[in-house]
Amino acid sequence: MFGTPARSRRLTLALATVTALALGATACGGTTKDDASKDGGSAAAGKADPNAETKKGLTVAFLPKQVNNPYFTTADNGGKKALQELGSSYKEVGTSSGTDTAGQVSYVNTLTQQQVDAMAVSAQDPGALCTALKQAMRNGVSVVTYDSDTNADCRQVFVSPASAEDLGRTQVELLAKQIGNKGEIAILSAAQTATNQNAWIDVMKKELEKPAYKDIKLVKVAYGDDDAQKSFQQTQGLLQEYPNLKGIISPTTVGIKAAAQYLSGSKYKGKVKLTGLGTPNDMRAYVKNGTVDAFELWEPAKLGALAAHAAVALESGQITGEKGQSFTAGDLGSFTLGEDGVVSPGEPTVFTKSNIDQYDF
Amino acid sequence: MTMTVEPVRQEVAPESTSARRLMDKMFKARELAVIAVLVVMLGATQLSNTEFLSQQGIKDLMLNATILVLVAIGQAMVVITRNVDLSVGSVLGISAFAAGLYLQDGGNALVAVLLAVGIGALFGVVNGALVSLGKVPALVVTLGTLYIIRGIDSIWVGSRQITANDLPGGFVDFGHDGISVVPYLALLTLAVLVVVAYYLRSYRSGRDMYALGSNPEAARLAGVPIRARIMTAYVVCGALAGLAGALYLARFGNVDSNTGNGYELIVVSAVVVGGVAFTGGSGTVYGAALGAVLLTSINGVLPALGVSSVWVTAINGFLLLLAIAVDRILALRVAGALRKKAAQTRSARHA
Repeated sequence: MFGTPARSRRLTLALATVTALALGATACGGTTKDDASKDGGSAAAGKADPNAETKKGLTVAFLPKQVNNPYFTTADNGGKKALQELGSSYKEVGTSSGTDTAGQVSYVNTLTQQQVDAMAVSAQDPGALCTALKQAMRNGVSVVTYDSDTNADCRQVFVSPASAEDLGRTQVELLAKQIGNKGEIAILSAAQTATNQNAWIDVMKKELEKPAYKDIKLVKVAYGDDDAQKSFQQTQGLLQEYPNLKGIISPTTVGIKAAAQYLSGSKYKGKVKLTGLGTPNDMRAYVKNGTVDAFELWEPAKLGALAAHAAVALESGQITGEKGQSFTAGDLGSFTLGEDGVVSPGEPTVFTKSNIDQYDF
Repeated sequence: MTMTVEPVRQEVAPESTSARRLMDKMFKARELAVIAVLVVMLGATQLSNTEFLSQQGIKDLMLNATILVLVAIGQAMVVITRNVDLSVGSVLGISAFAAGLYLQDGGNALVAVLLAVGIGALFGVVNGALVSLGKVPALVVTLGTLYIIRGIDSIWVGSRQITANDLPGGFVDFGHDGISVVPYLALLTLAVLVVVAYYLRSYRSGRDMYALGSNPEAARLAGVPIRARIMTAYVVCGALAGLAGALYLARFGNVDSNTGNGYELIVVSAVVVGGVAFTGGSGTVYGAALGAVLLTSINGVLPALGVSSVWVTAINGFLLLLAIAVDRILALRVAGALRKKAAQTRSARHA
């Protein structure tokens, strides 16, 4: 997960492209929005009024990277709950493949045509959705991206899972604490080309240069390609190549559960520490049997909820997507937009034996 | 090497004993070659990394191989009859999920394994019926069932998954425990291997499969019940893919709708590397098992040597081509030797 492109389905892609073109054409020709009901909608053009009243009865559509994906299902349900609390309505549409970009474009166009008030999109591709999203914004639809961003000018607000700095730093902190700030460590990543994996690993490397971590040595970055068997064997290889290995960081949900399953059935259980990004459901067994002490992840439900709040705030004219604007997001508190309209729900949540049973995703 | 002419009736082939001995020798040479490559590879890795063949290392090597070996045994049986089963990956995935779902609801581990085997056998019946009755090339039929079964799996499983937490502890322990360094999974696989090998070597119906793969028309004329034999091969292959699914569940503790995707290609590679000719009629399940062990060991050796895993697929491909080249050369040699022997017999008779 997190950044490895899966296979593309050419036939579907071709079909979807045709559909997208057709829909795009219709959207251009036929849709004129009722501007009276949408005065706050074209927020990008207007000025932000932080004290504007929060609108009710809006329709916000969620367009995840992939429907039926447990992670996005949890995130979108967070958004649904937030919208219900705000008195607006929720809908979810999307492609069943995580790499069907043309399909996603056609969904954006359909939503524009259906005159939803706002959409929250998790983009499969940073550039491919741009034309469709800009068209949506011209038609007065507020556009928020969540989890995966598009180019900054194609949306108003990006709700980022957690900043690369936070993720890289906290994972190093977690492992350092478990191994007593001393010893050899390795990283088990996904594919060698995965963009966010590499961004996080760069942050970790920088973090490890700090004097506090002078006794920790990163000996290797291994790549398990987000495949259970490969991640398994990469873990075995790490332990054989570096018999003194004290800990492994795996910033991918597939990698960390494969490594945990291997460790839990080997002589290294409990001796070699493992941490990284995982989901509580995947990792529950390994935390309970003592293989893993602590790991972390942002809460996808919070991510979805924040995306919903940002969409409603945009539509109500409280923000326009400029740096420094703030809005309140119910129980989550108040948030201020950063550079390029990026906002994040905060530091990732750390899961340990004592709190893991409070989470179900 | 389509010439494992295992004569159906002994009396029609007077030179059969010597020919058979020659063939046997060739097969042994073929399997010995795989063993040699394996030993050299493991030995060299051990020299550069003394941790490699530690107790844990040996156990891991065996555990890594077991699932692929099981599927390769079934696949070898089908390939020997000059067919192929591409649906094994999908069958493995769906039976693993079924077993997991049953265990999640508090089921008995043994019943779960039998359930997986049963589901696999059921899909084997479907494949066997389509191939033997439909007279459609197996490649196309099983490509179809590959997609159909994966489709059923996606619809049924959706975004659900089975995690280690859903499984009884004993079942997961079974996935990695064993007697000393020999894991239970490896013992189970070895037992299956010996049984299937004995069946193919010593039972008439087993020999029929070689005859069928060597020359289907001749086998039919000789009275081999073709449909029944093809059906047997597919059912065994499906059942073993199902069993492999159950073991996958125990080993990895995690199954979703994508489990086993693309597995068919590595299985077919293992079978061919192990000397089971794709043209049917030759090779043994021992060879196929060795091929599977070789391919999985490469995946273990490269990380232990610190070589990047991106090389693995390229090396697998190279081995595949090498295996086919060796088979071709051996086949030509055997053909030449047999012709010479036949000529000698003829001239001896005339003299």
